[in-house]
Amino acid sequence: MAKELTTESYIQHHLTNLTCGKTPDGWTCDPYKVDQMGFWAFHVDSLFWSIALGALFIVFFKAAMPKKIDSNSAPTGAQNFVEMSIEFVEDNVQSLFGSVKNTLIAPLALTVFVWILLMNLMDLVPVDFLPVLAGHIAYAVAGEGVEWISSPESFYFKVVPTTDPNITLGMAFAVFILTIYYSITVKGLKAFVAELTLHPFGKWLMPVNFVLEMVNFIAKPISLGLRLFGNLYAGEMIFILIALMLFFSSIPIGMLGFGLHLVWALFHILIVALQAFIFMALTIAYLAMAHETEEH
Amino acid sequence: MEYSILAAGITMGLSAIGAGIGVGILGSKFIEGIARQPELAPFLQGRFFLMMGLTDAVPMIGVGLGMYMLFAI
Repeated sequence: MAKELTTESYIQHHLTNLTCGKTPDGWTCDPYKVDQMGFWAFHVDSLFWSIALGALFIVFFKAAMPKKIDSNSAPTGAQNFVEMSIEFVEDNVQSLFGSVKNTLIAPLALTVFVWILLMNLMDLVPVDFLPVLAGHIAYAVAGEGVEWISSPESFYFKVVPTTDPNITLGMAFAVFILTIYYSITVKGLKAFVAELTLHPFGKWLMPVNFVLEMVNFIAKPISLGLRLFGNLYAGEMIFILIALMLFFSSIPIGMLGFGLHLVWALFHILIVALQAFIFMALTIAYLAMAHETEEH
Repeated sequence: MEYSILAAGITMGLSAIGAGIGVGILGSKFIEGIARQPELAPFLQGRFFLMMGLTDAVPMIGVGLGMYMLFAI
């Protein structure tokens, strides 16, 4: 029962995650039962790609390390690339973090940067390639036995993990929890509470201060996560809209769409790298802020 | 549905105006800074791109939310 392909169903198809969850009848990935899943609903595609790319990052960086350190030979190939990215991150950490001694920050920044960059780069894979491939594989493997995979097209699969707000906000809140942890361990609970309540109006307007500082405090992780999500979501959306030009129009407009794809992909490389860099820079900056003991 | 199209248009348009002004000011100051002290250009360039990314994010979030209003609601 293949649905008719319209503009809206095409876009809907690309914006829906493969969601698996627990319904009253047991575990299922049926897209029509998402409402019944409640809390235990997993975006399996986002999870799969983010974990796979994280594993790729670890394996690649480990494999690039030379087996024997030979000081006479110049580093080649992959080792060069890895050293370059490590130095790039280290420079940024040095300039933003200054003299504070914390050995967690640089590895964290490197992980954040490379992982987000890899996840963002999935955006440059043609929009239909992996979803259709996954649909055909799922149909070939399980199509007969499972009722909700009625055709390859009925299988939802969203490739770019960072266009899923759950992933970006999850990372942002992980950074947020780290900032709270370091605020409390480095400054002490008393100074942390004082920072939230005694600023900017003094101790007699404590509730007002607390509300103002709380807004500031909560806005940080939310804007951090939404910035990455918004950029990548908008980018993905524009890829989908350009792809629509190829499908539903005449040949000249299709050719124009092909050119536009190339132009937007080239421009998007900038956004992809820039957003990964900004997420890393802000992670470092927030953690640096958590280490500063302010004197007013 | 008609109102969500209007809302999406306003969201995207107004956020684009704000970011346009912001990036314009940022770019003019960047060029001014380089003109005054050309030797600082590489240093300023990194900061310029960082701030541009931060400014750029607001209309992008607007576009994302606008598209969400159009297609996902």
